[in-house]
Amino acid sequence: MADDSIRLHYTVPGDDFTRAGEASADLKSRMKKLGLPPGAIRKVSIALYEGEINLAIHAHGGDIDVEITDDEVRMVLSDQGPGIADISLAMSEGWSTAPDEVRSLGFGAGMGLPNMKKYSDEFDIQSAVGVGTTVTMAVKTA
Amino acid sequence: MTTGELAAACGFTHVTGDGDREIEGIFTGDLLSWAMGRAKEADAWFTVMGNVNTVAVAALADCACAVLCHGAQWDAAAVQKADMQGVELYTTELPEFEASYLAAVTLELAPPEP
Ligand SMILES: Nc1ncnc2c1ncn2[C@@H]1O[C@H](COP(=O)(O)OP(=O)(O)O)[C@@H](O)[C@H]1O
Ligand SMILES: [Mg+2]
Repeated sequence: MADDSIRLHYTVPGDDFTRAGEASADLKSRMKKLGLPPGAIRKVSIALYEGEINLAIHAHGGDIDVEITDDEVRMVLSDQGPGIADISLAMSEGWSTAPDEVRSLGFGAGMGLPNMKKYSDEFDIQSAVGVGTTVTMAVKTA
Repeated sequence: MTTGELAAACGFTHVTGDGDREIEGIFTGDLLSWAMGRAKEADAWFTVMGNVNTVAVAALADCACAVLCHGAQWDAAAVQKADMQGVELYTTELPEFEASYLAAVTLELAPPEP
């Protein structure tokens, strides 16, 4: 029932990797309180954290809209960052343009988008150079 | 075996947590996205990356604990976040392989298929 759905909004600041993770931590605790299956919670947590990190590192921040319905958690991550020229290259394991500073923190392995796809039951990415990127992920909870 | 029991048996130093998480396996590696992609729930995670991001990943991926190797120290922000989120942290002087190996023997994990 659409009426019963829960909508959440998060703003991810740019270039702050310590604050990135607040949305996924918050969503995780909400899903726990709702009694959703642990497997789905784990998938959502990891997929969203990778998304948050990408917004912070690659896009100078962005927005996350979440909708929790009867049978899924749907996350839309949108930014007005530089966009991605070659999406299939960006989706391949190990490809990364992350700067050294980010790598020294343990990020930038080029596994973020592949992880997001792996942990999502539905995954879509749209991007235009100079305009921004929108990633949509849905994880089934029933 | 619980995190506390493993730590006692292996001589890992306790930093945060209650020591009561059940451990089912081991993941060793420092890159956060590899851990997120490949670590399993209830793994003990061996790493040298002692910052707040490791704690965030350990929490989101439901790791049983994170053990910082090579005598490295968790930074203050990591300890604070771990306390807040109930993530169990340990340290050891051992290098990552030795610490992981010792833990695997202690947990009586079966060797992987070649
Ligand atoms: N929101 C985004 N805006 C612009 N570029 C992005 C975005 N997300 C990902 N990218 C590009 O795709 C590459 C691969 O992303 P990812 O798989 O998450 O690996 P990593 O973040 O470790 O570099 C990034 O290095 C970056 O070039
Ligand atoms: Mg990434």
